[in-house]
Amino acid sequence: MILKYKVTNLCCANCAAKIERSINKLKGVKEANLSFMSLKLTVDAEEDVNAEDLERQISKIVTKIEKNSTVEKI
Amino acid sequence: MKKDIIKCSLSALFLLAGFIGKLFFPFVPYLSETLFLVSYLIVGIEVLINAFSGLFRGNLLDETFLMTVATVGALIIGEFAEAVGVMLFYNVGEMFQEYSVNKSRKSIQALMEICPDKANLFINGEVKEIYAEEVKINDILLVRPGERFPVDCVIIKGETSINKSALTGESLPYEAGEGAEILSGEINLSGAVQVKAIKEAKESAAAKILELTENAAERKSKSEKFITRFSAVYTPLVVILALLLAVVPPLLIQGETYETWIYRALSFLVVSCPCALVISVPLSFFASIGRASSEGILVKGGTSLESLSKVTKVVFDKTGTLTKGQFEVTGIHPVEGVSEKELLFKAALCECNSNHPIALSIMKAYGNKIDNSENLSIKEVPGKGVVAALGENEILAGNLKLLKDNGVAVPSEINKEITGAAVYIAENEKFIGFIEACDTLKEDAKDAVTALERENIRTFMLTGDSKINAEKIASSLNISSVKYELLPEDKLTSLENIMKGSKGNTAFIGDGINDAPSIALSDVGVAMGALGSDAAVEAADIVLVDDKPSKIITAVKIAKKTMKIVKENIAFALGVKFLVLLLIALGFGNMWFAIFADVGVSVLAILNSMRMIIYKSK
Repeated sequence: MILKYKVTNLCCANCAAKIERSINKLKGVKEANLSFMSLKLTVDAEEDVNAEDLERQISKIVTKIEKNSTVEKI
Repeated sequence: MKKDIIKCSLSALFLLAGFIGKLFFPFVPYLSETLFLVSYLIVGIEVLINAFSGLFRGNLLDETFLMTVATVGALIIGEFAEAVGVMLFYNVGEMFQEYSVNKSRKSIQALMEICPDKANLFINGEVKEIYAEEVKINDILLVRPGERFPVDCVIIKGETSINKSALTGESLPYEAGEGAEILSGEINLSGAVQVKAIKEAKESAAAKILELTENAAERKSKSEKFITRFSAVYTPLVVILALLLAVVPPLLIQGETYETWIYRALSFLVVSCPCALVISVPLSFFASIGRASSEGILVKGGTSLESLSKVTKVVFDKTGTLTKGQFEVTGIHPVEGVSEKELLFKAALCECNSNHPIALSIMKAYGNKIDNSENLSIKEVPGKGVVAALGENEILAGNLKLLKDNGVAVPSEINKEITGAAVYIAENEKFIGFIEACDTLKEDAKDAVTALERENIRTFMLTGDSKINAEKIASSLNISSVKYELLPEDKLTSLENIMKGSKGNTAFIGDGINDAPSIALSDVGVAMGALGSDAAVEAADIVLVDDKPSKIITAVKIAKKTMKIVKENIAFALGVKFLVLLLIALGFGNMWFAIFADVGVSVLAILNSMRMIIYKSK
């Protein structure tokens, strides 16, 4: 299952890399890709994952690393 | 942005004042220190706040935190000016980074403004403005001069000239009249035209281009992945080294003070952010993907550029790729006693109702319409040709089989010289001549092959066509190798052999209609003029909006340039960082040196990446 998000207020490329690494470690995530240039997060998740649950965890990671950033589903 | 500039300038003024105070008024107590501190706080307060709030959220190795440790440490050991310097230039670096990232994001967005959002719909003879997404297939629309075509459509009334530079980079306008197919995003220049929608907005060319370019940043190249992995270990490594540097040498080496080594450790922290690398590599790819799409070359991602830069072999499909896929009459050969004009007329009589490409080429060569009078009757013989009856006369037009079946003898010597397709014509059971038609080469086919060979890229051509025809085309284009008389499944085997044959990547270029398997198999699949074919777009690494084979050379040049810039940036940034760390550890550099090197590398790497935006392929 492919989930796509828009990440706002991402102002540091290194932070984007950190966020990407942390999301990749989440359970149920096969591959996560965060493009600092297009500000888009694409997550390839296992089929049986609860999408809302995952979104909450992703949100938490993003605000932990960049406090002004938000995640929006697209 | 403006706020940041003011902040940095103000801070720089106080820094200057601090230096003046230190030099000329050393007797005033705490003057320079106060000025430095004010300067530090102006530019650093936000970093400090971020660092502590980050710390509470559990981000130990956050760059703001490391900068805070470095500068507060410098303040504590009394290096006020250096603390200010580090904080100030760190901010300047960040500012520059933000500026350039925004700039390239904008330049890509500008490319994306090719989708018009409004359309003028004809309803009951009146024109009504609607959203482009509301247009349905077969809707009749009005497109005025200066407007973009809202969806892929065909002109049903009017003539105009059209600029398609937004899609293909080709700035020369072209003329289009009734029946011409137009892609969404092209601009109507001169006359109002009525068009019929053939696709909905979201299926139209402009939307597809947008989608491809937007998603391109997600397919990261190996270099980008390397940088992400590298940055994960770089910061912790530098921090650990800094800790060791602060503690170990004073303990082990007699006479070494903690002050010296803590200062060196703090300088280490200044270069602990891998930012220059992490930003410059994706920026290079992003800029070059944008650059390519402005030329009508849609790149699926960083990976595609990476593999394209290593291409040493380019395999062309023939029909529709190197040739136009349209036949043109190349020879009219009547027997003695029959004029060329007469032969062509007889052929046209037979072919006037057919949609076969060769029939169309004969009608085009004839130039007039056939008066479809009552005494003309035409019967098609599938796979062989046409039998026409005009009054008392019976005319045959088709292949040798047709004539043989009808008992017409054809002189055997005429077969030797035929290179294209031939239509044999007989009247009243007597052979009266034949017409040759050939698929014509695209104007830029030769340029494409020549330019590739000049770059030391070998060219190949695969075709199902006959040996004589394939070799004629190959030699006129100077293609190094040609495989002919291939069945569709043979094409894949041939491609595989070419790929295994020598080192380097192989690109396959096809028009995408039935080439999807080859496009998918090759290292770099290029689909040409294929926005309409989902299978080809899905399988391809690169999609060319128009059908010019010469675009491949532009794509290769852009890819090579991008990889060169990426490699330069990685080598330069890593080299400088390690050199700086080494010099600091040995005591040859100070904090000023560290921050200048660090910000300097970032700025230069970013500027280097941005060169792709203005890069000219010629």
